[in-house]
Amino acid sequence: MGNTSSMLTQYDIEEVQQHCNNAFSQQEIVSLYERFCQLDRNGGGFVSGEEFLSVPEFAVNPLSQRLLTMLDGLNFKEFVAFLSAFSPRATVQQKIEFIFKVYDSDGNGKVTFNDMLDVLHDLTGQFISEQQREQVLTKVLEEAGYTKESLLVMSDFVKILGSSGLKMEVEVPVD
Amino acid sequence: MNSSEGKLKSSSSELDLDRPNIEDYLPSGSSIQEPHGKLRLRDLLDISPALTEAAGAIVDDSFTRCFKSNPPEPWNWNVYLFPLWCCGVVFRYLILFPMRALVLTIGWIIFLSCFIPVHFLLKGNDNLRKKMERALVELICSFFVASWTGVVKYHGPRPSMRPKQVFVANHTSMIDFIILEQMTAFAVIMQKHPGWVGLLQSTILESVGCIWFNRSEAKDREIVTRKLREHSQGADNNPLLIFPEGTCVNNQYSVMFKKGAFELGCTVCPIAIKYNKIFVDAFWNSRKQSFTMHLLQLMTSWAVVCDVWYLEPQNLRPGETPIEFAERDIISVRAGLKKVPWDGYLKYSRPSPKHRERKQQSFAESVLRGLELEEK
Repeated sequence: MGNTSSMLTQYDIEEVQQHCNNAFSQQEIVSLYERFCQLDRNGGGFVSGEEFLSVPEFAVNPLSQRLLTMLDGLNFKEFVAFLSAFSPRATVQQKIEFIFKVYDSDGNGKVTFNDMLDVLHDLTGQFISEQQREQVLTKVLEEAGYTKESLLVMSDFVKILGSSGLKMEVEVPVD
Repeated sequence: MNSSEGKLKSSSSELDLDRPNIEDYLPSGSSIQEPHGKLRLRDLLDISPALTEAAGAIVDDSFTRCFKSNPPEPWNWNVYLFPLWCCGVVFRYLILFPMRALVLTIGWIIFLSCFIPVHFLLKGNDNLRKKMERALVELICSFFVASWTGVVKYHGPRPSMRPKQVFVANHTSMIDFIILEQMTAFAVIMQKHPGWVGLLQSTILESVGCIWFNRSEAKDREIVTRKLREHSQGADNNPLLIFPEGTCVNNQYSVMFKKGAFELGCTVCPIAIKYNKIFVDAFWNSRKQSFTMHLLQLMTSWAVVCDVWYLEPQNLRPGETPIEFAERDIISVRAGLKKVPWDGYLKYSRPSPKHRERKQQSFAESVLRGLELEEK
């Protein structure tokens, strides 16, 4: 008959849908589950960092290590919740929240100068010196009315990123 | 048989040389937003393009698609069809399979009883021995194909034995080799396998001329390239068959062709192989099953139906690099495969940091440009 042993029941799908605030349709959740099982090669119920890195398109992304700390050990429900920020149904607020979480590595709700410097380092690699990075960041912060010592919170991010159209969407392939 | 589930290692820089510019194939639009004009805080904080790309790769990526076995739709789902399917299963496992196993056993007996004498008794008379061994290898391959009820349609002129000529084909399973070998005794370049396959490789395949390589050894490449060149130059050697993808792909996609076969200074004759999935999915997913299980699966299916096209020989055009030569679309167009720009070896190792560095470099340059603009 060709059915996999780990099949989602209707109850499971609805639970996951609720957990991600209806960011995905039921069909999309089924597709995501197939994908999750495909990535979870050893069948442990979660996708390890190694398994994510075996996707070359993900491994070459400059932010892959940062995302791995957020992705490692997630079960399927949490995996869908993680991806919910990328759904077309997600609000701009939810998308900015996600970006904030990527910056706020220690999860204390505040983004420091060093947090922003770290992300900038990931994006630029060895092609700018640390000094130039600090210089650039300090300059744009001051122009925006902050200082090097400022601790940015969620509302700051909303103010900075919310105005122009934030495009952060991913399409889940549905058979 | 080839699964190495241990820690993936970052690929050596040598594997880089094989790659054309992947950026040419990936969707356009830089992954990192490049700020124009005056640099603002927003430009630095907005990491949404990079995040979108990462999420896109998590949800679906072109590399994993190449190795997905796509089972055919189950058709036995209702009360009338299910008993029919059950009868089919009984027929396949209890009638077809024993018959096929018998055919194969007979084939082996005939083969070994001819091969062993020929191999030892005709030691002096090399020419005749080689001819007979070739014919015998073609014979045992025909027996193999018969043991899966292989229905192979060959199109195009049969390969001829000429020097300075290599054959390249897309790779779906090790049976590709058997299907091609029953027509023409090719020499082949293969990864050395353990177990009974390895035994066959070192005894019988030696007689048609084989070159071994070891994927995990970086230095191996130079030695192998040299051996390939030597073999292709020799007039007496069997024509060389190379699978430039370097790994088995699911017959719906094709991964990057490695340039090794295309820089030998020989004519390259492409061969396209396409399996008909209705009868059986011939893709050998080496991560999921051993070759023995794969063969058993084939022997308990209805048939292996495929088309083999021998395509027009190609030569390196003036001014063309071997990589561009390898990238020509001939086989994938003929076999209806979608091309994907990834190196098949990424199954076993991580991509080189070079790709990430390219993205970082372009973003870094635009940030610096923005900085300079402000200072003016």
